[in-house]
Amino acid sequence: MKVIIAFIILWPLVGFLFNGLGRNFWSKKTVAYKATGYIVASFIFSILAFMNVQEQGAITVHYFDFINTDSIRIPFDFKVDQLSSLFLLVITGIGSLIHLYSTAYMKDEEAPHYARYFAYLNLFIFSMLLLVLGDNFVIMFIGWEGVGLCSYLLIGYWFSNNHFNYAAKKAFIMNRIGDLGFLLAIFWLIVKLGTVSYSEVFTAESLAKLSSADITAITLLLFVGAMGKSAQIPLFTWLPDAMAGPTPVSALIHAATMVTAGIYMITRANILFSASEFTQHVIAIVGISTALLSATIAIKQNDIKKVLAYSTVSQLGYMFLGLGVGAYSGAVFHVITHAFFKALLFLGAGSVIHAMHHEQDIRKMGGLKAKLPITHLTFLLGCIAIAGVPPFSGFFSKDEILAAAFAKSPIYWALGVIGAAMTAFYMFRLYATTFLGQFRGTHDQEHHLHESPISMTLPLILLAIASVTAGAIGIPSIMGGNHWLSHQLIPVIGEQHEGHLSHETEWILMAVSVSIALVALFIAIARYKKQVDAEPQTALGKFLQDKWYIDELYNNAIVQPLNKFAGFLKEVIEKKVIDGAVNGTGKLVQYSARQIRLIQSGQVGYYILFMVLSLVLMIVLWFNDIAILRFLFKLTHK
Amino acid sequence: MPILNYIYLCLTLFSIGVIGVLVRRNAIIVFMCIELMLNAVNLLLVAFSKMYNGAAFANAPTSTIGIDAQIFVFFIMVVAAAEVSVGLAIIVMMYRNTHSVDINFLNRLKN
Repeated sequence: MKVIIAFIILWPLVGFLFNGLGRNFWSKKTVAYKATGYIVASFIFSILAFMNVQEQGAITVHYFDFINTDSIRIPFDFKVDQLSSLFLLVITGIGSLIHLYSTAYMKDEEAPHYARYFAYLNLFIFSMLLLVLGDNFVIMFIGWEGVGLCSYLLIGYWFSNNHFNYAAKKAFIMNRIGDLGFLLAIFWLIVKLGTVSYSEVFTAESLAKLSSADITAITLLLFVGAMGKSAQIPLFTWLPDAMAGPTPVSALIHAATMVTAGIYMITRANILFSASEFTQHVIAIVGISTALLSATIAIKQNDIKKVLAYSTVSQLGYMFLGLGVGAYSGAVFHVITHAFFKALLFLGAGSVIHAMHHEQDIRKMGGLKAKLPITHLTFLLGCIAIAGVPPFSGFFSKDEILAAAFAKSPIYWALGVIGAAMTAFYMFRLYATTFLGQFRGTHDQEHHLHESPISMTLPLILLAIASVTAGAIGIPSIMGGNHWLSHQLIPVIGEQHEGHLSHETEWILMAVSVSIALVALFIAIARYKKQVDAEPQTALGKFLQDKWYIDELYNNAIVQPLNKFAGFLKEVIEKKVIDGAVNGTGKLVQYSARQIRLIQSGQVGYYILFMVLSLVLMIVLWFNDIAILRFLFKLTHK
Repeated sequence: MPILNYIYLCLTLFSIGVIGVLVRRNAIIVFMCIELMLNAVNLLLVAFSKMYNGAAFANAPTSTIGIDAQIFVFFIMVVAAAEVSVGLAIIVMMYRNTHSVDINFLNRLKN
């Protein structure tokens, strides 16, 4: 088992080294086969690990001591349990499909850049697996940083475009802010408990050692880390900008896997989070606000990827709402279903962009239904899934979160339903504008419209099947299912306490949310089938299209003052004070040397005069006590 | 004779030497003044030696106790003679180069 688990994570690393070091040597075909093959191999080993967990339960394997000192020991351990084995399947499974898709999507790139792309992608899978497999917070943090780095590298993949570089930097810096919180939480744990291993932290004795203030502080700091990685208010603005990267990257990193790292981390540490009522409220409120805020923005966006990006932020908000109300299995469920349908939607969008020759404005599309049949059908299935229409997968996971939210507070539920309605609205606005109606692009584009090759449509079809059926792993008991997922996760998160709702209430809640979503869905189709969204006339529309001016707010409130402060340091402290001190010392030496040099006239007489005077002075100074006087006195008075 | 007289004499000689070195420009006279300072010190050495060990000499004229200062004077004179030969050679070379023995012309290394 130790070897199998090592292989899961080593294949992508081998791929990274192979493609990264040999990027100038291998042909594109070699790179594509190898990169995809390594991830598929990793997927196969993940299945083996998953089967093993099903049969024998969770296992922890020890490789070596990462840090071993008197006061703390951090082993390099991997833990494969019910939670991480699920994540392994999602990461490597969707990862393989996206690698396959990328081989066609990126085929116009030159060979070294092609290899560079796949090297980054492999490194990303490696880091993500490290994050999920690690058996302590430090190993998780290494993976955590690794995925942030790969995200940066891939957003800035087309590095000759400066805007993309800015987007990459923005993502990296936002992530770093969150990482600082995570790091502080780890330090806090080390100081208080002297260990970071899950098996030692998540025990009753450890919890007893921590005061409630400690737990609240640690969980809040961990949540700050999750905010950065999973794009929650106030650190969410990097995710929409991250769409600068290639579309498969958006699908893999910024929709399906990396952004769910925060949810994974909180689910992993659920014992700590459940112990702090305050943190849970904070998480729920931040989650639902993020969900609503980004849903309103998504309604007015016209870039196909931007809509999906804000939709991702919104869905992540739902997951955090689920975590905040204690529905950990619901959040994980939504992570899994969301990974399928959001990867599908992004890859579908990539297929559209590919067909439209890198046109991303949905106002210039329309009527693509006939030209791109497979893309259209799979995209439609993805939209239905995310809108929460039964019996598609999104319905089950979203409904589970909403039910848990209702049990906690009906307000959460009401806000959640509003968000769900907006989700249905903007997704079908996107669908209708893109695929229905008349084609609005140029003749040239219309002439070249084509369905994507098999290596792009195959992942779409597989993901569409998964999006439709993934709900089967969590059919709630009132529908006759036994909710396989929540039983599966009991060893990790314990028994769920969401049985407070009567069956009637649950049915009513379900009916209300589904009917509202359906109404929003049909309004959107009816409205955008024929006409396209014009430039907003109202102040509100403009406000939403400009994303609540949050970027501008951050720019003015944080970035500009920081820039000014840095400018002050550069111009005044650096140039005047530090350089002044250094140059001043040099100038002083030069000036005094010039003055003192005049003494050295070259006249031997002066030299001797100074010599004599100095000698006299020296004698006076050395023998300035009365010894010399006494000696002379003795001589004279013999 | 009291020792003080010797000291006064030596001081006078030494001061003449110093002042001569300082104020004269003729290299030969400067050189002579240096010799003067040297011999003022020699004289003082002998005088002090006599002062401290005078009684021993009086009692035993062949005794060698305490005559190291006087022997030292001989050494100084020998070394001074060697130094004089070198110094005079330098002055001769200087005269050949500058046709003068004025030390104020010896500032060629300036700047």
